[in-house]
Amino acid sequence: MTTAKAVKNVPPHPMDALLRTERIPHIWCPGCGIGTVFSAVLAAIKNTGWDPNTIAMVSGIGCTGRMAGYIRLDSFHTTHGRALPFATGLKLAKPDTKVIIVSGDGDLFAIGGNHFIHAARRNMDMTVVCVNNFNYGMTGGQQAPSTPLGAKTTTSVNGSPEEPFNLCDLAATCGATYVARWTAMQVRSLRSSISEALEKRGFSFVEVITPCPSSFGRRNRMGTALEMMKFYQGRSVIRSDINPSEALVDIDREIVVGKFVDTERPTFMDHYAKVNRLNLPQWRAMHSDHQKGR
Amino acid sequence: MNGDEACCEGALAAGCRFFAGYPITPATEVAESMSRRLPEIGGIYIQMEDEIASMAAILGASWGGVKSMTSTSGPGFSLMMENIGLGLCTETPCVVCNVQRAGPSTGLPTLVAQGDMMQARWGSHGHYEIIALSPSSPQEMFDFTIRAFNLSEYYRLPVIILADETIGHMNERVIIPQEEDIEIVNRRKPTVSREDYLPYEADADGIAPMANCGDGYRIHVTGLTHDDRGYPAMDAKAQEKMITRLVDKIRKNRDKIIRTQNLYLDDAEVVVVSYGISARSAMQAVRDARGEGIKAGLIKLDTVWPFPEELIRGVAPRLKAMIMAEINGGQMVLELERAACGACPVSLVSNFGGAILHPGLILNAVAKAAKEKP
Repeated sequence: MTTAKAVKNVPPHPMDALLRTERIPHIWCPGCGIGTVFSAVLAAIKNTGWDPNTIAMVSGIGCTGRMAGYIRLDSFHTTHGRALPFATGLKLAKPDTKVIIVSGDGDLFAIGGNHFIHAARRNMDMTVVCVNNFNYGMTGGQQAPSTPLGAKTTTSVNGSPEEPFNLCDLAATCGATYVARWTAMQVRSLRSSISEALEKRGFSFVEVITPCPSSFGRRNRMGTALEMMKFYQGRSVIRSDINPSEALVDIDREIVVGKFVDTERPTFMDHYAKVNRLNLPQWRAMHSDHQKGR
Repeated sequence: MNGDEACCEGALAAGCRFFAGYPITPATEVAESMSRRLPEIGGIYIQMEDEIASMAAILGASWGGVKSMTSTSGPGFSLMMENIGLGLCTETPCVVCNVQRAGPSTGLPTLVAQGDMMQARWGSHGHYEIIALSPSSPQEMFDFTIRAFNLSEYYRLPVIILADETIGHMNERVIIPQEEDIEIVNRRKPTVSREDYLPYEADADGIAPMANCGDGYRIHVTGLTHDDRGYPAMDAKAQEKMITRLVDKIRKNRDKIIRTQNLYLDDAEVVVVSYGISARSAMQAVRDARGEGIKAGLIKLDTVWPFPEELIRGVAPRLKAMIMAEINGGQMVLELERAACGACPVSLVSNFGGAILHPGLILNAVAKAAKEKP
């Protein structure tokens, strides 16, 4: 985490309308990939054409969790691992709100793992963007459930003795209706996947393999931020529509990217309304009138 | 109906339309009632994966503009501490009902205790003030649950109902008033434009108007120490300012929040202080003592937090003794000693849980204290 002095006379950014510009500069390190992912999220949100007052962002704790503090939407920076249950309450209280969750691999899959499993099982209608940088960045680079076997972190100096999760496979197994993975270098595919995920009715999940040059890269001798980004891109192989259990993330061989799941099934609210014979507020179908920002 | 069911009906009467919970004895009947009743009136019941998630979900629902609550018992209350802290820091109205059982750990799941009093006060990390109410009957479960919602909406914080297994499972008549006779308080909404709105800028009484998600104010809410804009502010000055306001909004309104029911206090020489189910044992003991000609009195704490220290400080100097009756190893008695401040002797009648206090035990303590020379 570094801080920088505010730069004066910066020309307007195309995403300024969606940014809390008074909070810039952000806290992310030089070369960090989170900014790229954040840009893709902003572009995807802008692309939907939805009224910004009907979109909320919820995050957990960690470097990625800070996104919620920079976006000019109703935004909630919650406790470590608890973004999903918080978002569940928010969504059910206000079903016509589009809820986006952004958080890191440690937040979503270690301390928040149980919540992830159940939010996906319930098919809560929300979009999760997970920045996977293979370690805990905010606290200085510790081992995470995504850390590759043998990779060095401050708490695995001889190499991690644990096998990591395949996050996309986990999401698919738990019932997510949309699952995709890209590296932070594949900006167009990433943006387009986040757009699709936002438009998706149900629990959608996008994993982004993201360089953390200050911690993970440095301890594993992966070079500069740019080298790291190119390395991930170079290792990536697009294999859309394969079984996510075969979509491995092996930084020594290949990182399988693509869209692995795109399906439909009833959401929690669909079932809730049906079993209770309720006439609840309808989920906002993504018709053209919404794209105009009704 | 039983106390747990009365809690559910009180919540619905107060306007609660979202419940997230996890089954746990002896609070399960609150969730069961909610799961049956909420869909009937267009509300949402969701059974979460654990109590951590339940607490997080009711905070989310509250920011969605819906009055929300959860219920639990000791083990679940422990898990909720993390997000009770988030609710306090972000000033989120909601209600947590803890139907206490004996602990620590799994303890006696089906049997009564009052061992979570200090946990309710200090269980989440950091410094804060809290509001907790302790009902002594199913009727009070109903009434206090409504009051808990009103206090939470007005003062913007999670309000805790510290019930106990006996009250939760006791069946008594509960009178539900007509809708128009029930006082309902709703959160204060901002009246200024989005540009002028500062989410944590308080009015004169220390309470900041609250914009819900989707109201167009595009709020940022964080559990980090924050400034009036709601933005993280990482320094001692911001911490001092924020916590001072969080603490003062309760401390400075103590007289409006604190409620006690006092019996025979005017001429009492020995006063029993109690709450929850123990207050009923205490009331019997005090009546029996009066029957024996002992000038006994009772202070029943309807609000256990904040503790009524001014009241105690006022009466202690003219008493022979004060006695705390509670089902734990002595928790609220510490507050009683602190408030009495040596002005009269303070003692404890208690057990560690599993059974309610026999009125005879309290009567013996009262009779003994009454014989002491002042």
